[in-house]
Amino acid sequence: MAAATPEDSSSTHVEKKSKQKLSKRYWEESKNPEQKSKPEEEPSKPEEEPSKPEEEPSKDVQIQNAATVKERSFKRKKGESDQPVKEDPFPGQAPIPTERLQKFRRGEKHKTPAGAGRKLKEAIVFSESVSELAQKQAARYDLLLPEDAGFLEGDDGEDTSTISQDDIADAVDITSGSKYFNLDLSQFGPYRLDYSRNGRHLLLGGRRGHVACIDWQSKELMCEMNVMETVNDVKWLHTEAMFAVAQKKWLYIYDSKGVELHCVKKFNDVLKMQFLPYHFLLATASATGFLQYLDVSVGKEVAGIGTKLGRLDVMAQNPYNAVVHLGHANGTVSLWSPNQREPLVKMLCHRGAVRSLTVDKTGMHMVTSGLDRKLKVYDIRAFKPLHSCFLPAGASCLSLSQKGLLSAATGDVVQVYKNACGSSTLSKPYMAHRLRGQVCGLAYCPFEDVLGIGHDQGFTSMIVPGAGEPNFDALDTNPYRSFKQRQEWEVKALLEKVQPELIGLDPGQLGKVDRASFEQRHKERVEALGFDPLAKEKFKPIKKKKGRSSAGSVEKRKRKVAHEDQRDVIRQSVQEKMQRQKEVEEKSKEKRELGMKTTLDRFRK
Amino acid sequence: MAKSSSLQKTTLSKGVKVTFTVAADEEELPSDDDDEEAISASEDEEGSDDERKHNKLLEAISSLGGRKRKKQSERSEASVQVSEFAVNAEGTGEKVNLSDLLGTVEKTSGTSNKTKKQLRNLQNSKETLELPLNKQQTEKIQRGIAYEKTAQEVSCWNPIIVQNRKAEQVVFPLKQEPLGPRRVEQVVAGWKVQTPLEQEIFRLLHNNSQPVVDPVLTPVEEASLKAMSLEEAKIRRAELQKARALQSYYEAKAKREKKIKSKKYHRVQKKARRKEFLKQFEDMCKTNPEVALEELKKMEMSRMTERMSLKHQNKGKWAKSKAIMAKYDESARKAMQEQLQMNKDLTQKMVVLSDDEHESKDEESETVPDFVNDPEPIIDSVNPWMKGRLTREQPEVRCVTPEEAEAAVEDNTEEELLGEFERKRRLRQADEEGSTPAEEKAEHASEVVVEENEDVVEISDNEENDDKEEEEEEEVDVSEFNSLFKLMRSEKTQEGQEDGEGLLDEGPIRVQNMEDLEVLGEVFEPQPTVAPSRPQTTVAEAASAPTNKKNMEIDLREVLTKEAKVINVPFFPTVVEDEHDEQISIIKEAFAGDDVISDFMKDKRKQEAAARPKVVDLTLPGWGEWGGVGLKPSRWKRRRFRVKMAPPPPRQDQKLPDVIISEKRNASLAPHQVSHLPFPFENPAQFESCIRTPIGPTWNTQNVVKKMTKPKVVTTMGAIIEPMVKEDFIKSRTTTPAAKGPAIMFSGDKGARRGAKRPSERNQRRSQKRRK
Repeated sequence: MAAATPEDSSSTHVEKKSKQKLSKRYWEESKNPEQKSKPEEEPSKPEEEPSKPEEEPSKDVQIQNAATVKERSFKRKKGESDQPVKEDPFPGQAPIPTERLQKFRRGEKHKTPAGAGRKLKEAIVFSESVSELAQKQAARYDLLLPEDAGFLEGDDGEDTSTISQDDIADAVDITSGSKYFNLDLSQFGPYRLDYSRNGRHLLLGGRRGHVACIDWQSKELMCEMNVMETVNDVKWLHTEAMFAVAQKKWLYIYDSKGVELHCVKKFNDVLKMQFLPYHFLLATASATGFLQYLDVSVGKEVAGIGTKLGRLDVMAQNPYNAVVHLGHANGTVSLWSPNQREPLVKMLCHRGAVRSLTVDKTGMHMVTSGLDRKLKVYDIRAFKPLHSCFLPAGASCLSLSQKGLLSAATGDVVQVYKNACGSSTLSKPYMAHRLRGQVCGLAYCPFEDVLGIGHDQGFTSMIVPGAGEPNFDALDTNPYRSFKQRQEWEVKALLEKVQPELIGLDPGQLGKVDRASFEQRHKERVEALGFDPLAKEKFKPIKKKKGRSSAGSVEKRKRKVAHEDQRDVIRQSVQEKMQRQKEVEEKSKEKRELGMKTTLDRFRK
Repeated sequence: MAKSSSLQKTTLSKGVKVTFTVAADEEELPSDDDDEEAISASEDEEGSDDERKHNKLLEAISSLGGRKRKKQSERSEASVQVSEFAVNAEGTGEKVNLSDLLGTVEKTSGTSNKTKKQLRNLQNSKETLELPLNKQQTEKIQRGIAYEKTAQEVSCWNPIIVQNRKAEQVVFPLKQEPLGPRRVEQVVAGWKVQTPLEQEIFRLLHNNSQPVVDPVLTPVEEASLKAMSLEEAKIRRAELQKARALQSYYEAKAKREKKIKSKKYHRVQKKARRKEFLKQFEDMCKTNPEVALEELKKMEMSRMTERMSLKHQNKGKWAKSKAIMAKYDESARKAMQEQLQMNKDLTQKMVVLSDDEHESKDEESETVPDFVNDPEPIIDSVNPWMKGRLTREQPEVRCVTPEEAEAAVEDNTEEELLGEFERKRRLRQADEEGSTPAEEKAEHASEVVVEENEDVVEISDNEENDDKEEEEEEEVDVSEFNSLFKLMRSEKTQEGQEDGEGLLDEGPIRVQNMEDLEVLGEVFEPQPTVAPSRPQTTVAEAASAPTNKKNMEIDLREVLTKEAKVINVPFFPTVVEDEHDEQISIIKEAFAGDDVISDFMKDKRKQEAAARPKVVDLTLPGWGEWGGVGLKPSRWKRRRFRVKMAPPPPRQDQKLPDVIISEKRNASLAPHQVSHLPFPFENPAQFESCIRTPIGPTWNTQNVVKKMTKPKVVTTMGAIIEPMVKEDFIKSRTTTPAAKGPAIMFSGDKGARRGAKRPSERNQRRSQKRRK
């Protein structure tokens, strides 16, 4: 503001004006290039960088014409003019975009109350600062997840659903192209499948007893066998070293070599299974209507719930809160946790029986299909349907990918829908693929753009661009982990195992204060323990000798202390009553006396 | 005892009211000797002076009375008042009057009139001195004063206590020595240069204006740092990198070649070397006769050894076996002859054929300078450990031209290496140009180093490309470096367009961004990359032409082809739901048997009813009226004894007709939850917001986790945690970093001082306490 100084002090008004004008112009000048340069995001631009710091010190110089700027910069390049100190054009830390900050926000900020004590204030301020730091850092480090998913794009007027898998496989690189393949296994009937959590291994179970596990990317067969029994479902356990097979009668657990480890006879007639990875729970739904939970880390049945809702052949898990969703023949979907004998939620979804259902990764949306040939998308936080559409053939199998692509199997055709969980209704499929047989199992491979389809004639691996999550958490599910890493992960995962008691609709419930009353908690405690820990002990007469512990005398002694508490209460109440009565009497007496008095009473002695 | 003496002391020191109302036990005036004894016994260490005065006074008093001094009578009988100082209890209850005391004052000539007057006034005044407060009260007052004093003293600790309580982390022991090596001056207090060696070293240091105290940067280095801009530094660094890379390449190459076992290769190599050597030798004879002479000597030596040995004379085991074979085998014969030939060659006089391993690495020196392998020259034979640095820098410091300042930066070995590197290149450049006059060279030398580098690099690029032989890969890397130089310099010199052709010859340059492309723009047109056009083939085409090149492990060709044809037909279109009556009727038909909706409604109603609290009926039939079969309690009674429960909060699924949400509480979670609000929090919302951010590494970055789980108190294992001393924090607060002492004095002195001081301080404190 040095430019304004030569003016007279008397004309302050004018001076002010000029000041304002100057500052305004200055800021306009300086802001514009910044704004321009920001979207470009090129920190290493040689022309811009040196010119910027020049502007800041020269506040009084309003506008430098372009020629001088050029000259100066030219000089600089020659190395003749040596300005010793360069100012940082972007002082401080790099700003974080608000939407990214929003992504990592955890709950509302809490302001310190007005009349709070010092300690409370400190505690709140500290926690707020720390959580803000955590949020900021997480947002900053989000930069390290550079991968992004891409989608198939057709030419003008070309429908992406008409692009065949062969074309895609041709167009993409060899490694990706090899992810489209068919396994022709017509002998052992429709196949169920499951991918391991890191997406490396594939487990196939044919209805007629064929079980095989494959490292599907290298196409290396780990084991293959026929269990000589009907196979209802197959599921990987926490690692690729073990898997569960629901056979005709019992539940079996095999290792990756095909050796039978366990035959769990407590779990019979299992039709569908789900594995809850963070709880190490294998949830099974049986034909007899039982939903059972097996803790695979200790081999104990955690809960067995008779749902009384008939045959349970539709099952899905909510990865957000580990609640199991079951679909029933009466068109309802029920949500279960191992802690409650009745469904947490029961919702009527279809007019006919529910054929299939799936829940997305974030636990926000559920997609169901029913015998009424409808496909419905639900918001399961609000339990409200978002939209529903009519599929002429009805969907027999559903699956949602990590990125939210919905695949639905209608007969022998698999259709993939984009934006299934968005606000707009489903209009036309993103991709489609026809198979040789009826589809029996659908599963997206985690971290890959691959959809696995099990059908009558074997297995098909289909390329679905944009299906898989491009960034993986190497400490959680690492597709490229080594043997040693797997071992370490297993130990850590077991240490961090979440207890089944914590399963509920709201996973954040643990961080809330239990506001139940003491009585209620006590009641629950009594229920859980089977006895009342606060109850008084019953009087037990001492055993006396010399015939004084005869039945009669013992009874007498018992009689003495019997109802002691009650007696106390009664005694007290009686006393109080007496007291009151006495008072009342006295009062009335006084009154009476007063009332009886006559004028002549004063002369009475 | 001490207290009474102090009381006296106060009265005497005032010197205003000298009425003596001494306690009964002291009233009796003892004889001299006894008195002394008593005093010596009762003498306190601090009040000895007062005692003496008191003593004198007593003497004076005793002389006043005119009473004769009594000899101490022996105690013959038990008396009530026994002094512990063997003073007998005679004369108890007698009073000393002021007049008694003042008589002498009047007589003595030395006293001033003023005092006399004062004393007279005193005598006239009838007021008596107030009684001293009783013991309890004085003690109470003293306690109060002492408390205030101590409180004030202790209050200086308050801020540090608050600070420590508030601190996120406190590290014990408080005074921690800084990690890592310390300067000699810090370790040794009051260290002086004594030995001649030290003196010499320091003189050297001073002469070279080297830092004596803080050996991080020399002034010259600092100056050079200031002189050099970031870009220059970058260029320099890149050059250094290049030099290092070249060295490593050379080393790797040498190692690799050393490992090659092929005899033929070595033979060829040797031959080549010999030729080269011969060529060189002639030159050497002219230019450098000394070295040539040495070479000759070496050759002579090798000839001698050859003559001495039986190595190539077909006498060995191998030669004998070959000799047997020689009859039938052509190659064996040849080998033997070769051996003999070798012998002949080696023993031939004056024919230069050397077998030993020394070789001129001319070939390599094209890319790698010789100095790479040169041992560092030892400059000072007296002080061989003072390598290079100081003596090198001396002349450079003397003349302070900007160029020299630039050059002064090359102080460490790497820089030196680089300098030599440059020089070599310059020489080579000169050789190549041939016609460059000498003055131009001089001009080159006077140029700023950076600019020089540019030219040099360009030309060296050319050269390198010219004489590239077997080390192409290395050269590629080198050229990368070169290109890096170029890029850095491109903003400085735009006139340097002529180096385009040099660039053209250069190996593959990775074009990483637009700027790179710009630089290369003039040189070669970036080939128009064929845009990956989408395969235009329609589905039908794809179907007709089955893909053969894609060979999957599982042969499913026939399946695929068949499938592809089918795909041509668009799949069933999905229809957004329109409530077609027809469809509804179909569905109704299909599920005529089970009315799903009404079932669900019924279920929901049942659930709602179950959740509603029931009315408790407490009527007892037969009380107050007749009871029995068929008799109902009266309506009044029923109404009277029915307890209605409070209505529950509205159900969650109140507004969702097709949903039943269970209202049951998750009791199994309760043991894991917090049921009592922890201390500072006033309501659950505060507490919940405080624990809403997870602290685990799964959700947070490493730093945040560390910050969140920082322990409140950190102690060093095995370290003694001493109680805090006042000086520690007071000094830290009062002394500012501006107050610098001499560096040598700094820590050693302090430690010593404290070590010496502490016990004395403690003593002082203790004595203070005692006084109180």
